[in-house]
Amino acid sequence: MIPRIYIPADSGALALGAEKVARAIEKELKERGVEAKIVRNGSRGAYFLEPMVEVATAEGRVAYGPVKPSDVKSLFDSGFLKGGHHKRWLGAPDKIPFFAKQTRLTFARCGINDPLSLDAYKSLGGLRGLQNAVAIAPADIVKQVTESGLRGRGGAGFPTGIKWKTVLDTAGAQKYIVCNADEGDSATFADRMIMEGDPFVLIEGMAIAGIATGATKGFVYIRSEYPHAVATMNKAVAIARKAGVLGLNVLGSPNAFDMEIRVGAGAYVCGEETSLLNSLEGKRGVVRAKPPLPAIQGLFGKPTVINNVISLASVPVIMDKGAAYYKDFGMGRSRGTIPIQIAGNVRNGGLFETAFGLTLGEIVDEIGGGTASGRPVKAVQVGGPLGAYFPRALFDTPFDYEEFAKRDGLIGHAGITVFDDTADMMKQARFAMEFCAIESCGKCTPCRIGSTRGVEVLDKVAAGIEAEKNLALVTDLCNTMKFGSLCALGGFTPYPVMSSITHFPEDFKPAPARVAAE
Amino acid sequence: MTMQAASTEIASRTAAIIDEMKGLEGPLLPILHSIQEEFGHVPKDALPVIADGLNLSRAEVHGVVSFYHDFRAKPAGRHVLKLCQAEACQSMGSEAVAAKVKQLLGIDFHETARDGSVTLEPVYCLGLCACSPSAMLDGEVIGRLDDEKIEEIVAEVRS
Repeated sequence: MIPRIYIPADSGALALGAEKVARAIEKELKERGVEAKIVRNGSRGAYFLEPMVEVATAEGRVAYGPVKPSDVKSLFDSGFLKGGHHKRWLGAPDKIPFFAKQTRLTFARCGINDPLSLDAYKSLGGLRGLQNAVAIAPADIVKQVTESGLRGRGGAGFPTGIKWKTVLDTAGAQKYIVCNADEGDSATFADRMIMEGDPFVLIEGMAIAGIATGATKGFVYIRSEYPHAVATMNKAVAIARKAGVLGLNVLGSPNAFDMEIRVGAGAYVCGEETSLLNSLEGKRGVVRAKPPLPAIQGLFGKPTVINNVISLASVPVIMDKGAAYYKDFGMGRSRGTIPIQIAGNVRNGGLFETAFGLTLGEIVDEIGGGTASGRPVKAVQVGGPLGAYFPRALFDTPFDYEEFAKRDGLIGHAGITVFDDTADMMKQARFAMEFCAIESCGKCTPCRIGSTRGVEVLDKVAAGIEAEKNLALVTDLCNTMKFGSLCALGGFTPYPVMSSITHFPEDFKPAPARVAAE
Repeated sequence: MTMQAASTEIASRTAAIIDEMKGLEGPLLPILHSIQEEFGHVPKDALPVIADGLNLSRAEVHGVVSFYHDFRAKPAGRHVLKLCQAEACQSMGSEAVAAKVKQLLGIDFHETARDGSVTLEPVYCLGLCACSPSAMLDGEVIGRLDDEKIEEIVAEVRS
């Protein structure tokens, strides 16, 4: 048997030099006259080990990482094609603690094989969910998704099954499935990883959604900052179409479903569902007032399911193993698993899929291993630019939609950014307002004007001009933005701002040195 | 005369793109992406052609083009360097990285070097948040930027 070498082509691995490693391995194979097949897989998500190279041996996969091009010669010398020992040796991938502790349902296949091999996809359980779905009535698919307890993984946490039921029950000659792949939140990369590492699971999830609701057309709206994901999804859709997974007869059934990949154009606000719909229609990405709900009047005014990538990619496992299996994981009203993305100043950064319920402290300290800089953790921002900053005092918060809400935070798309003690929380609060000002669509006043005024008032606080009075003004402004904005951009910008002020008041005191100098 | 020729040329190439794509549902964004790919920016002369082809007003087309950060009114430099400035990268010193790059290239964000070699832009998240600070050079991703990588990038865009 020709040895197989797996080298990730995931963006994150590429950013860490995977291409150079691949070229060095090819060159070494040629020079040594050794025959081997190189497979470009996705990433399993441990970015502190990327580029992680794996070889298939008689005893199973053996991983090495992080591999540098300069390691390649010595890897061959150590007999790595047979799993030989080397300073980069990590052993069997699923025994590496970072992976062994995970519960992988949605990401079960991500990073294992060539993402564009439909055969490899099927060999690991792919398409079983869709096969089950075409065999039952649409209402039964919706029932199963509802019973699984799956909630929108984009951040809002709305029950997916209920959204689908509304679309199923709404009459329409044309209905749509829209996948929100405008993953603009800093600290999040789960959508990117699955689109690059297991694109067929998203296609399968969208086809199930289409059959469940009577929609025959789907769109995936991917942000332009993800060129690799766009390329992989385009190829995967073409392959799925050729194989009859998409088309007039999905898997040979009488159900028609096809889809297109669309690319965004650099507007953060288009991650908001109604703004995304406007953008898909070719308009400015301006937020729409709700009602009408997109489920009733969505894309081109037609009934539309709009779901996040991870919500849709979680459907195949539910349809394969059943609602009860999925629901069995998690806590409270947060059922199933969640791909937590551990990012920023952290030693073991990457994607960690697990049942809801781990505490923030367990995630940051035990799994993340503390900061990359080795300094104490000062704050972690959970849920992207619109999420709250949590101090160490709140590290006992369990990862759960309701528990985070109780502490004036949100889990959002489950990204966590770790900051060490050099972070200046006043600067972070100012950035939140500044970002909102740059990205506001301009439709509602609290967001459009409030964010700019927020930057100005925080600048006054920083300059020590009537600090107390101006902090009270920021609080008042945040209150207006929170309750007066049309969407989550203006409505949630107060989370990072107010949590910084509440939990880190010392950072908002005027610097004595600065005052003295003036 | 040359200006006029150029504008006729833009109009005909734009019309060809519109012809090819106007059958799509919601064709405007795909058309604008294609035009930017063709010309390196979205030329002003293309706007009335798009408006005509899609039965929109010029104001509507202008409104869409100006809404999105991606569409350029004038061509970029030979290289485009985007530095991530979002929170995860901030936590790993992206601000210092930006300051260093700006100093080495002698330009600020949203500027193009005078020799046309490079355009520098901030970007808010490349999805490389566990490999911060990150950048994108002509579509290629680069993670864990340090002094050495910054110098390599600067040397590449200058060559």
